[in-house]
Amino acid sequence: MQKTEHVQYNRAGQRVVSPDYLLFEAPREKQFMTGSEVVKEAVKRASVDASVSYPITPQSEAAHLIGELWVEGYVGVYFRGESEFGVMSEIAGCAMAGARSITTTSGPGTLRAMENFPMWAGSRLPIQLVLMARGVNSPLSIQPDNLEMSFLLDTGCMIWHAENAQELFDMILAGFVVAEQPDVHVPLITAIDGFFISHTREAVMLPPDDIALPPYNPYKSPMVPLDMEMAPGRFLRDPYVMKSNYISYAAHTSWQFEVRAAIERSRPYAKHYLRGLIEEFGDPEAEIVFVASGTAAAQAKEATLMLLHEEGVKARVVRLKTIRPFPTQELIEALRGAKYVFVPEFNVIGWLEREVRRALYGNLDVPVIGSPRVAGGMTMPPEFIVKEILQFLGKEVKHVV
Amino acid sequence: MSQPKRRRINVRMPAIGGQGAVTAAHIMATAADHAGYYAVSNPFFGAEKRMAPAESYVRIGIDPIYDRGEVVYPDVIMVFHSQVITMGKSYTMPFYSGIKKNGLIIINTEEDLLTDRDHEYLESLNVKVFNFPATKFAMEIAGTELATNMAMLGAFFGATQIVGMDSIEEGIKARFLKKFVASGGTMSLDSAIERKFKKKLELIEKNINTAKAAYEVAQEWARDQGMEVWLPKPQEVAKV
Repeated sequence: MQKTEHVQYNRAGQRVVSPDYLLFEAPREKQFMTGSEVVKEAVKRASVDASVSYPITPQSEAAHLIGELWVEGYVGVYFRGESEFGVMSEIAGCAMAGARSITTTSGPGTLRAMENFPMWAGSRLPIQLVLMARGVNSPLSIQPDNLEMSFLLDTGCMIWHAENAQELFDMILAGFVVAEQPDVHVPLITAIDGFFISHTREAVMLPPDDIALPPYNPYKSPMVPLDMEMAPGRFLRDPYVMKSNYISYAAHTSWQFEVRAAIERSRPYAKHYLRGLIEEFGDPEAEIVFVASGTAAAQAKEATLMLLHEEGVKARVVRLKTIRPFPTQELIEALRGAKYVFVPEFNVIGWLEREVRRALYGNLDVPVIGSPRVAGGMTMPPEFIVKEILQFLGKEVKHVV
Repeated sequence: MSQPKRRRINVRMPAIGGQGAVTAAHIMATAADHAGYYAVSNPFFGAEKRMAPAESYVRIGIDPIYDRGEVVYPDVIMVFHSQVITMGKSYTMPFYSGIKKNGLIIINTEEDLLTDRDHEYLESLNVKVFNFPATKFAMEIAGTELATNMAMLGAFFGATQIVGMDSIEEGIKARFLKKFVASGGTMSLDSAIERKFKKKLELIEKNINTAKAAYEVAQEWARDQGMEVWLPKPQEVAKV
């Protein structure tokens, strides 16, 4: 019997292909573009149904470009919310109606919208938020600083942290696929460090734009779309909050555990589509190890090369691609043999250092040094990292420059 | 004087908001990318904009580039406006803070703006200073000071000799033509768009001419200084 090939097209007339084909097999061509432009390119290939926007530096351009896609017919619904709180509420409505939804925000916008993120997670909405991290008040800053990511760690959303424009592109596409798995089905925050990625122009490899992800199937949601009136989440009408009794408290508790368990269940999917939850860079034998994510990891890589070529010091980088779920086992394995673990960060509190310490405690005995750390828009030049390492090791700082 | 073999050029462009230093950085990186180098460009600015300090940065090299953000230790500094020096409109004081040995400073000026102490310090690091009247140049060739950034761009590539005019042209066209074509469509360009398009082509031509003239002047200057090409050709690296 001859098989008939069934070709499917999405709303925009793009040929629907498998996520694996789009991410790993489709031929790619080099483009030279900014992180904001890359968001547009990813959304263009993601069969997105809805996006809501609100301007705030540094994500305004990305939000605007998604609007251009709506004009061109690639995005089903697009409008501007009243504020970030409005945006995150309205995008929840879109997702409840069964739409594949994406939005973007930054810094103070994230904080204004905060109440909505645990609501998304509890409602099991696989919304994707592209977070272009910047400083939060006060003093007011528009510059890169990822303190806001620490506020999001326990909202029940998955959190991934992209290192560059290429990874942001791939993560946005992989993100929908992972977040929409029926046994996962929680929101995803795809974070980057603002300006360092959003406004930086670099080479990226993109698949053709006439192919796209399969459209979202809301009937695979673990919660019945729209009204959420069925067990287990009878959240809108006649909700638990109206009943002060043991079973409603117990249901609330177990649901919170379930949301976290759903994040845990995302591991195998994330591992496949991101090609591992961590990336190891540099000499695998090196005893000096940087554990970092996002732009801090990029700076650590540059410093690792500088340490090797200019100072003869061996170092390596363990880069975390996912923060929620936290790649605990991968990290412990990667840090065997490490003598010192440095955690460079672009925020004042060192949230990643805390996370690393918690993961290692009782598992691996190695000193963790929360350094170097900059914030508020400061750059972390690799020369500066090299200097910190040499000083720590008691080595002579000859010529950093 | 022979220079050490570089694998990377880090460029810092202190400018005044509105001068087009961000555009210059993006075109510079695009041109370098076109020529086969690894290249990354990014701007840095506050919320203040026009006439306030604005900086952009470009990194060009023969190895993958991970480094992001401000260039704190530049090989090349391109001063787009005299106020960067005379009024301290710079993110760093002095404006040449962090300059590396054997570096280069290109200043858009008709006269020397540096003090004896500045000269002494820069000479001690073997940093060359190229006073180049980019705005005057832009006025003469393009008929507008808005092409100052193109003159600066041309001067950079002329002095460093890492890419030819073909790549610079490609960078300029990519910046000014790409988006227009993408959104305008090819089927039904009405006469209004055609006029706009013609104007755009004239603008591009003026920009290219400005960059080219500056390129030649800077190339001549670099030859007089005995400067060598700043980076190995990307394909030469690939052969090794």
